[in-house]
Parts: sequence; C-alpha cells; structure tokens
Amino acid sequence: MFAGSEIPKVRKGKTMKEKIMTAAEAVAGIQDGATIMVGGFMACGTPEILIDALVDKGVKNLTIICNDAGVPGRGVGKLLSNGQIKTLIASHVGLNPEVAQRMNTEVTEDKLECILVPQGTLAERVRAGGAGLGGFLTPTGVGTIVAEGKQVIHVDGRDYLLEKPLKADFALIRGSVTDRFGNTTYNGTTRTFNPMMAAAANYVIVGACEIVEIGDIDPNNVVTSGIFVDAIVGGEKPWQI
Amino acid sequence: MADIKEIIAARVAKELKDGDVVNLGIGLPTMVANFLPEGVSIILQSENGIMGMGAAAEKGREDVDIVNAGAQYVTVNPGAMFFDSATSFGIIRGGHVDATILGALEVDQHGNLANWIVPGKMVPGMGGAMDLVVGAKKVIVAMQHTQKGAHKILKECRLPYTAVGVVDMIITEMGVMEVTPEGILLTEINEGYTIEDVQAATEAELMMSPNLKEK
Repeated sequence: MFAGSEIPKVRKGKTMKEKIMTAAEAVAGIQDGATIMVGGFMACGTPEILIDALVDKGVKNLTIICNDAGVPGRGVGKLLSNGQIKTLIASHVGLNPEVAQRMNTEVTEDKLECILVPQGTLAERVRAGGAGLGGFLTPTGVGTIVAEGKQVIHVDGRDYLLEKPLKADFALIRGSVTDRFGNTTYNGTTRTFNPMMAAAANYVIVGACEIVEIGDIDPNNVVTSGIFVDAIVGGEKPWQI
Repeated sequence: MADIKEIIAARVAKELKDGDVVNLGIGLPTMVANFLPEGVSIILQSENGIMGMGAAAEKGREDVDIVNAGAQYVTVNPGAMFFDSATSFGIIRGGHVDATILGALEVDQHGNLANWIVPGKMVPGMGGAMDLVVGAKKVIVAMQHTQKGAHKILKECRLPYTAVGVVDMIITEMGVMEVTPEGILLTEINEGYTIEDVQAATEAELMMSPNLKEK
C-alpha cells in the first residue's frame, strides 16, 4: 500500500471481498441472448475457466464478440461446439472448421451468423465503445465488401469508412495477475483485446491466473484498472498450444 | 534445387533494409526472416501484440504466454514490447510498419489484392490483412505464380478485394514484378524461365523493364 492511501471503494455497493467469487457465481447473471465480449487471440488470452462456466450454464443464442473462433475444444470454440452461439462477430474464423459447418447448416437452430470485421477495425470499435466515442474513421475496407452499407467520409484527400462502436452486456477477460480490486496485468501476448473489452462491457469478469493483495501490483504495471472489473475468478491456467 | 517457397522467400528478403519494421504473414512469408542478407537486421511486428518478435521458441523452452499471430510459440528479442490489439493496429494503420509481406489468391494490374474469401467455398476471414495492406508503407505479395496452372496475376481480380490499389511488388518463383500506375512491370526473371513463360502464366499483360534482369 502507498502511504496515505485508502483501499478503493467498490462500485455498485459491493465490498472488496465480494469481487472474488466462483466461476459459476460470476456468470450467474448471463442469460440467453446476451452479448459477450471474450478476450484473446486464438485462445491465447482467453479465460478458459469462464468459458467452461458458460458451457456448464448452457445459456444459448449468445452474441459473441471475439477476435476469432478459437479452435475446437478451446476458447470460444467450446461455446460453438455446444451450440450456444447465434451470432459471432470476429476477424478470423479459418482455424475453426466448425464455423463453416454451422454457417452452412440447413438446421435452423444450429445456424450461425458470422459477421467478419477487419481485426484493426474490431479492436478500435471495442475501444471506441469503452471510450465514449460515437465511432471513428478508418481507411481499412474502403472499396471492399466491408464498406457495404457504411458511410464513406472524405477527409483531406482520402476516403475513410465510418465505423461504429461496439459494446456488450458482459466481458470475459483473462488476467495474468489481478489484485482484489481488479487491477490487472497481462503477460506476453495474452493482452490482445482484453483491455479494450474490459472498458466496453456492463459487467466485466476477470479469469485470473494469480490473485494478489491490493498494492502488490506496482501501479506502473497495471494495464486494466479495477474500476472496470465486477468479478474476479481465480484458477485460470497458463495457456498451452 | 532449393524449394520453390525458399527461392521466393530468399528473394523477398533482399527487399528489406536494415532497421525496417516488418510484418510477415503466416506460411511462406514467415520464412523470409531466415534469408536476411548479411548485415540486415529487421524488427518484426506481430499483430497479436509484439514489436521485436524473435525466432520460434525451442521445444521445452516455450513461454506459454508468448505466441505469434499463427498461435505458435515464439521468442522476443531484447528491446521488444508487448501491446494490446488496438495499439497494434494503430501502429499498422498509422504507417509505422515499413513493409508487410503476405500471400494472395489473386492480384491484379491495378494493385488490387484478394486474399481473404472465396465466396461459397472458403470464408476464413480477413484477420489483420485489410489493415496491414492499407497501412504498411510497402506491400509485397509473395506467392507461387499460378495456382496449379490457373492464373493468379490478373487483369481484374474476380474474388472480393482485400483492398484496392495497395500492392507494390509481386515476387514469385518465376521472377519479380512491380505494380506501376501503367500496369505490371517485369523487372527480374529467374533462371529456367523465359519472358514468354512468365507472360503465359500471367493473365495481365506484362510490361518489360528496360533493365530486366535475367538470372
């Protein structure tokens, strides 16, 4: 702890202690039809224990916003295999063959809607959602099918697409080290979409590899502030190929 | 005789300058790092959040939290940095990457690129490709000249675009081409091929560089 500091108050009337809970408790509020952001890139940086809890809960018709579809048996791939995703908003789904199967199925209740967004645009849309922006202008996608239905705005001799922010009901974040307030660090390439998603969702759950006391993380190294975090679940395992 | 992919990767490597910040696509482009000329050291950017990516990690010595954009364990070099995806694509779109090297399904004489979707057949998604080719200062397509004999270097792309007017250079096993406002300029032909061979394998009409190098 830093001299003269006070333990931060937790919003929404909860005490500090109440942020730490089981995975089942953390996902208890997630209902059918929810929109959920999931951090990670090819499941590196995805909180598997929270995904597992959603699989156990069995909620359906989810809209998942994630960089990719993971792979079968890993990351959001588990939710896909379990038939829980109705709409997937992602930049790349090629490494999970189940996506193509479900997009092309004749069985209506299994049919997946997949909305592909350029990776940089997806990251920035999530950032805009958390940062209070009404959108942003990007040159990415101009002249392609990504531009269909979007406003093209000409600025200083160049065309840009107006891309709108993305928000979600929930975000599932993976922290390498998280303190009891929710301050979080991310090791290596596990950071990916996690920090932006933590700011863009109403209820944010961190699956943490390690939970430490408040003050144990040097403020210089905190990437995601605890103010964004509603629930912390320990026991996240190191990612492995 | 060296593998075709190695021939292409080795030639691409000669386009890179010491100190360049480079993003390499998955597959053949990744091999370019193995063929850098003596004295040329580049800084690899990986769109999943690394500046200063190193070689593949040795088996048994992997850091499980460090992977490349193909989800393979890699190392990082001294001076490296990790960042989130919004920062990563700010670097890319912001023009801070000197060169991106990637494969293609089709390229055309206007520098249009198609490499992310075959409607009805293959829908892998664009990943970071649309941002990379729009943002990088130089876009080099590294690929086999034809797909089992079918033309890939076309008058007009038939597949949906990744981006329009972005390709600077095409390097194949047959040679090297530059995309100019007038069309595709053949600048080098590899040993074993004639101008007629290259033109026959190319739908777009090639212009010949006055300094055409034949190897």
